[in-house]
Amino acid sequence: MELSSAQVIGAGIAAIGIGAAAAGVGTVFGSYLQGALRNPGAAANERIWMFVGFAAAELLGLIAFTVAMIILYAPPA
Amino acid sequence: MAAPKIDPMHQFQIAPIGADELIASPFQFTNSALWMLIVLAVVVLVMWGGTKRELVPGRWQALAEIITNFLGDITRQTIGANGRKYLPWVFTTFMFILAANWIGAMPLALAGAHPFTVTSQFSVTWTMSVMSFAIVLVVGFWKHGLHFFSLFVPKGAPLAIKLFIAPIEFVSFLVRPFSLGLRPFVAMFAGHILLEVFGNFIVQGLNAGSAAGGFIAALCFVFIVGMSGLELLIGAIQAYVFALLTAIYINDAENLH
Repeated sequence: MELSSAQVIGAGIAAIGIGAAAAGVGTVFGSYLQGALRNPGAAANERIWMFVGFAAAELLGLIAFTVAMIILYAPPA
Repeated sequence: MAAPKIDPMHQFQIAPIGADELIASPFQFTNSALWMLIVLAVVVLVMWGGTKRELVPGRWQALAEIITNFLGDITRQTIGANGRKYLPWVFTTFMFILAANWIGAMPLALAGAHPFTVTSQFSVTWTMSVMSFAIVLVVGFWKHGLHFFSLFVPKGAPLAIKLFIAPIEFVSFLVRPFSLGLRPFVAMFAGHILLEVFGNFIVQGLNAGSAAGGFIAALCFVFIVGMSGLELLIGAIQAYVFALLTAIYINDAENLH
């Protein structure tokens, strides 16, 4: 297999991780919404921790994206 | 006929103003520097207009007060009562990243100016995250001395678990500046690549000259309009997350759990 073909395939596989991060981010916001609807009084105080969880979940997807970009444009020789 | 190759990376190239290529000198006025100055000018303008201390705040001052109160709430909720002295840095990161993200997403190319998203370069966001990390280290060691290392040890856990957790906590601490800087950078980078690729689809679909090509171009246009809105939201969320995580990391150093 040529290197360029392998690169594109590898980048595609790396991009799967972004979907996993999407599930994670959805879980974070969904769980927050569930909790906030059940106890609206406590919702405002926990919004910060929702965003911290969002940041942690999103980071893994961004790392997957970075890996895909490195494979595509700056492959380790 | 093969479609012309899409080059989504071209928009991130740093080039000196008025020249084609980088020359081997560190002292050049590049497009990145130009747009950084524009971002600075916008932030200064907003805050200059908003801090005239009028008794009855106008719209401009109300905007500045909303932003300041919003960030003041973040520092108060995460760091506590003495978090106010870190508000300037949190405010700086928030305003700079927000303004850079939004100015980079503006359709100024219609007016002939090609906006360069400053935060789409890792060196910029990385510098800011390293400065946040430096504040954490300086504050931590200044206030607590070598006791600052107890940050890595969970309280009240059995010794075996402490020995296990401490190295993990240490590595996670070391990764923080990297992850903090990576987040706004990749969010802008990915969004702009997406817009570029779908913008190319519009051109190619129109060039195809067929009904199907026109349909796809229209579809991509609608998609780009939606994505641009999402891009503004992401720009704001990333600025918020950067400021929030900076405050939380400073809280670790200030209060040492």
